[in-house]
Amino acid sequence: MSIRRYALAALASAVFAGSAIAKDYELLNVSYDPTRELYQQYNAEFIKHWQQAHPDDKVKIQQSHGGSGKQGRAVIDGLRADVVALALAGDIDEIAKLGKTLPDNWQTRLPDASTPYTSTIVFLVRKGNPKGIKDWGDLVKQDVSVITPNPKTSGGARWNFLAAWAYGLKAGGSEAKAQAYVKSLYQHVPVLDTGARGSTITFVNNGQGDVLLAWENEAFLALKEDGGTDKFEIIVPSLSILAEPPVAVVDKNAEKKGNEQIAEAYLKHLYSPAGQKIAAENFYRPRDTKVAAEYAKQFPKLDLVTIDKDFGGWKTAQPKFFNDGGVFDQIYTAH
Amino acid sequence: MSRRTSPVIPGFGLTLGYTLVYLSLIVLIPLGAMFVHAAQLTWEQFWAIVSAPRVLAALQLSFSTAFYAAIINGIIGTLLAWVLVRYTFPGRKIIDAMIDLPFALPTAVAGIALTALYAPAGLVGQFATELGFKIAYTPLGITLALTFVTLPFVVRTVQPVLADIPREVEEAAACLGAKPLQVFRHVLMPALLPAWLTGFALAFARGVGEYGSVIFIAGNMPMKTEILPLLIMVKLDQYDYTGATAIGVMMLVVSFILLLLINLLQRRIETP
Repeated sequence: MSIRRYALAALASAVFAGSAIAKDYELLNVSYDPTRELYQQYNAEFIKHWQQAHPDDKVKIQQSHGGSGKQGRAVIDGLRADVVALALAGDIDEIAKLGKTLPDNWQTRLPDASTPYTSTIVFLVRKGNPKGIKDWGDLVKQDVSVITPNPKTSGGARWNFLAAWAYGLKAGGSEAKAQAYVKSLYQHVPVLDTGARGSTITFVNNGQGDVLLAWENEAFLALKEDGGTDKFEIIVPSLSILAEPPVAVVDKNAEKKGNEQIAEAYLKHLYSPAGQKIAAENFYRPRDTKVAAEYAKQFPKLDLVTIDKDFGGWKTAQPKFFNDGGVFDQIYTAH
Repeated sequence: MSRRTSPVIPGFGLTLGYTLVYLSLIVLIPLGAMFVHAAQLTWEQFWAIVSAPRVLAALQLSFSTAFYAAIINGIIGTLLAWVLVRYTFPGRKIIDAMIDLPFALPTAVAGIALTALYAPAGLVGQFATELGFKIAYTPLGITLALTFVTLPFVVRTVQPVLADIPREVEEAAACLGAKPLQVFRHVLMPALLPAWLTGFALAFARGVGEYGSVIFIAGNMPMKTEILPLLIMVKLDQYDYTGATAIGVMMLVVSFILLLLINLLQRRIETP
């Protein structure tokens, strides 16, 4: 095992060099798909920051990406993640519940419900917006087809679903109306991919659908790709959801590797101006008001509902909407 | 002259022991663990999970598309094997090597490539659209993906048997007055059928469990194009390990019964 090797190396260097101060760290950050570019940039920044205070330390940070649920399961099953940065709090709750590697109150340990950056759900449409889509109501017009992944397998798709629900609730005024709206919305969905990346491929590469419901940061990335601005444009609906992808130290794993301190510093530095800027550059909405003001042009203002205030948190929303027999199942099986 | 034949590999005890340990580690223990996990459920709970409408729809879809794919490959695969064994032509070796490609390719790559081709806006899919039907995102697309990944089975099982039947046998039958169809029906088929059934069963079993290539082309609509392995993934993504193993156990049992039936059929053919 490389961990043991590193521990031995650290021990050996401590003994032979006679300095107990310099340390070798190897940190594993297990995250979901669209944060790849963000953490590549942030890791370099954090290593620089750490070495300013600890010039003799060697720091190596590894990142792992995949669907949020799958990554959560890997950590439960024994992947030695020091920190996790997943698409929704529900997945980290499950690690706390089933893996017992971090306390249940993990979300209270860092500011802003342990979420250093946020995003929202927007529409990506084809250039020129040929179907004239401006808001959620337009998605259920005849001959409009919508691409979104399956909320049962994709964290991002759960945010999509809840944003649609929030619109349905506001426009209709009752839960029954909201359910009728999401039902008709999903009747306009021809393909349910298993993850956000799969849906992006279906929409961008395979040319399916008129609208892609996407993370704001993913939509910006699609535009940034070669010729993206010639093919697509972003439509910001009147109302959406504040998507909060949280971060947490996995205590038991970090303790085993002697990484508690550096793992905590790694997440705390995300809240610093430097960390916040990197988040903003990668199209995540920063929490820091100063940095947010700097990038205000990039992120249009819109009404945002939140998972905690409007849906009672994931502990309520997950069973109500997405577990077996929940609202999502009902709109497909009830006739 | 009765002499005790001594086997080439010595030690029945050693080899059987090795076989049992190997099978246990690789097959029985993982499958057994699944049954143990599923045993946490009461019979009613188990039944409620596996008889849910979505599970039944997926069950029917998975087994029917795998069956069609195995049948298609059973026919085309035999034809391919025939051409490769009975004729020599330039490029034969290359075609022969190509047969195994679906095994070498990561299934997800195959799935994405097939979807790009057969999607309504794709290179081939657009013609289907003009004719008024869809390939990708329908059961037809699933069958197509399964046909692709299970192609080698029938070819590779039928090919060596066919190569072992000397052409003279066919000629002798013809000399005795058999028409071509009679030669096929009474001379070739009895010899080929056991191998063909093996190939068919392998292709079918592989098709039932296939995930990677199907998931991109299926469309994954509940009740319509949702395959059984996807439902297992869905359960896992809800951290519902027990529910996932329940469906897994059901798949395993149904597959086992079907494979057992095929095996029995095979023995009846081999020992008339």
